[in-house]
Amino acid sequence: MTHAAVAASAMRPPFPAERGVDVYNKKLGMWVFLGSEVMFFTALIGSYVILRFGAPGPWALPGKVLNIPVTAFNTFLLICSSVSMVKAYAAIANGDQKWLKIWFGLTILCGAGFVSVQAYEYTHLIHHGFLPSGYRDGSELAELAAANPVMYGQAVAGLYGSTFFTMTGFHGFHVTCGVISMLYLYVTRVLPGKYTKDDHAGVEVVGLYWHFVDLVWIILFTIVYLI
Amino acid sequence: MDTAQPHKHPNYLLIWLYLFLLTVAELGLAFELPISRNMKLILLLFLAVWKALLVALFFMHLKFERWNLRILAIVPLPLAAILILAVITEHIW
Repeated sequence: MTHAAVAASAMRPPFPAERGVDVYNKKLGMWVFLGSEVMFFTALIGSYVILRFGAPGPWALPGKVLNIPVTAFNTFLLICSSVSMVKAYAAIANGDQKWLKIWFGLTILCGAGFVSVQAYEYTHLIHHGFLPSGYRDGSELAELAAANPVMYGQAVAGLYGSTFFTMTGFHGFHVTCGVISMLYLYVTRVLPGKYTKDDHAGVEVVGLYWHFVDLVWIILFTIVYLI
Repeated sequence: MDTAQPHKHPNYLLIWLYLFLLTVAELGLAFELPISRNMKLILLLFLAVWKALLVALFFMHLKFERWNLRILAIVPLPLAAILILAVITEHIW
């Protein structure tokens, strides 16, 4: 027996190999990654909970500082992108190239729309004086908060600003990464017709990530904007 | 490539409609319904979890996956709950 064969034999486990979770590696890897993402967002939400409920004063009332109609539209956009993503997956699972291109393209458009609306929201908020550090001195919001300190959570404006921009900012970063990934796949794989009925792992894996981002937004929208 | 158990694709547009209606219900609950703040909090969280479950079960296909993959998705949740509860104790005590 050669030295390499002896070494390989020594490395083999003393029990028969077993089947894994019956999932292809890319999908398994994405699920493990999403598990780590759950912990990441849990840390953010946990920090938010302790900062909000341990704060020395009440938070601003929902809708007083943040633009709820715009964000509700954005939530709708993300839900639409999630359904178009799963329709793209269903299309290619049936071997339908045409509808894969349409649904996948719509998903990218809705995702890019979400990022654009969020950028508009941030610009609008900053313009009115809502910053990560609180309400800017002399701004419209600072004046409103001075007149109604409880309604606008004047005492905890800094905590409100920092948690709001951190949580929605990290989520927006995830959406941006998703849009870039999907755009790359669209140009290199979807448009050239490289996905088939039997090989469409990329669509499923990027779809899992996209639905997860949608799921996180569903939670964030409730706890940041509505509560 | 599909490793989920063989299944007919659910009616995704119906799930989309549920999600839309639940979002409208959340907005109505948050701004229109005259109920106590604590009750509002509980109901809003319930609706958010309901929507998240719809996405996970039908869009991420967890409803149709094998149990060993479902467990992989479920395992972080108790850890997340422990983390949140541990953090809340900081406020209580």
